[in-house]
Amino acid sequence: MAKIIGGYFTSHVPGIGGAIVRGDQETPYWKPFFDGFPPIRAWLAKERPDVAVVFSNDHGLNFFLDKMPTFAVGAAPQYDNADEGWGLPVYKSFEGHPALSWHLIDALVRDEFDITTCQKMLVDHAVSIPFELVWPGVEAWPVKLVPISINTVQYPLPSPKRCLALGRAVHRALMSWGGDERILICGTGGLSHQLDGPRAGFMNPEYDLFCLDNLAANPEALTGHSAEEVAELAGTQGVEILNWIAARGAMGDTPMTEVSRNYHIPISNTAAASLLLQAG
Amino acid sequence: MTSDPVRDDNARRKAIPLFDGDLARRGYALNAMCFSFNEEANRKAFLADEEAYCAKFGLTEEQRDAVARRDVLAMLEAGGNVYYLAKLAGIFGLGVQDLGALQTGMSVDAFKAMLVRQAEAIPQGARVREAV
Ligand SMILES: [Fe+2]
Repeated sequence: MAKIIGGYFTSHVPGIGGAIVRGDQETPYWKPFFDGFPPIRAWLAKERPDVAVVFSNDHGLNFFLDKMPTFAVGAAPQYDNADEGWGLPVYKSFEGHPALSWHLIDALVRDEFDITTCQKMLVDHAVSIPFELVWPGVEAWPVKLVPISINTVQYPLPSPKRCLALGRAVHRALMSWGGDERILICGTGGLSHQLDGPRAGFMNPEYDLFCLDNLAANPEALTGHSAEEVAELAGTQGVEILNWIAARGAMGDTPMTEVSRNYHIPISNTAAASLLLQAG
Repeated sequence: MTSDPVRDDNARRKAIPLFDGDLARRGYALNAMCFSFNEEANRKAFLADEEAYCAKFGLTEEQRDAVARRDVLAMLEAGGNVYYLAKLAGIFGLGVQDLGALQTGMSVDAFKAMLVRQAEAIPQGARVREAV
């Protein structure tokens, strides 16, 4: 039977990619952020996941306003990254897991989550950077990818409550999968930040720490707000916490151990965090 | 001062711009142009002839004007979404801190310092936690 080994959560802002290209990991500005990752890398090297189910949001690489799915599940044999327009390197492609993707799609729709299916899907920095952070410089990514994309661009966004429920449906689907893979769940983005408007630069450590403190043991606490309220609390891009909430749901309701946590302000315009939860 | 609910509501909407159906409709042409900047050839075409490139995407007068003036707040007003506008900003070599400075009226250095200062609000001991 497939096993969910844990959940890896991290911020994903493009600025991180720039810092990696410049080799800035040890500079005083970046070190406090990058220091969060050695324990996660060590844990992954020991636990050796085969597949990563990644909840993230597209930033205008794969989806545009012509078609904007609330929830989309990748079902491709391969996922490519591409030029996003602001000078990041184009990252390595990802090997997909179409059989598992189609099992999830089938199970989710039967479970009344009417997701969009994508047999072709570009993945942007929201997947590439989290992988680059924990597997720096590898020849090929050591895990297969099942990407799940959540709309954080165009309102109405799905509510935190709905995202947790989606994650739980993904969990049920993974539990009924016949393979024997070791599965890593990932949630990327956040934490609090706002790029647009006169409140640009807004961050909210109080809300971020509320999320970090409750995610493992009491994720329902994060569902007490609407998406609009989250935008107010976490900033308009801080709504990316929806990816974390869905990912937490996909881990199931077994007890969890917090293996590592790092919280730092600022990287770029963002309050950044990394978190690793081990199942059991 | 008495509070004016309409003005308060407008201020709040500006402060926390929620990119809803109304903005998505109004901003479609501008965002479509920005989305095209994922391709280098399109970035070059914009730089070579900005007027023609904007015309090709049918930007409204308001959007064209906001782009010409590099006025980020006006682009948002005209339905621009920051995820797409960031690609336009990239053409001008502007990062998110430059955008922040432009929108808040601070210098870039002051804006960066404001970001750094927010670390002071992190309670002692909340930064790092590692397993035993
Ligand atoms: Fe993001």
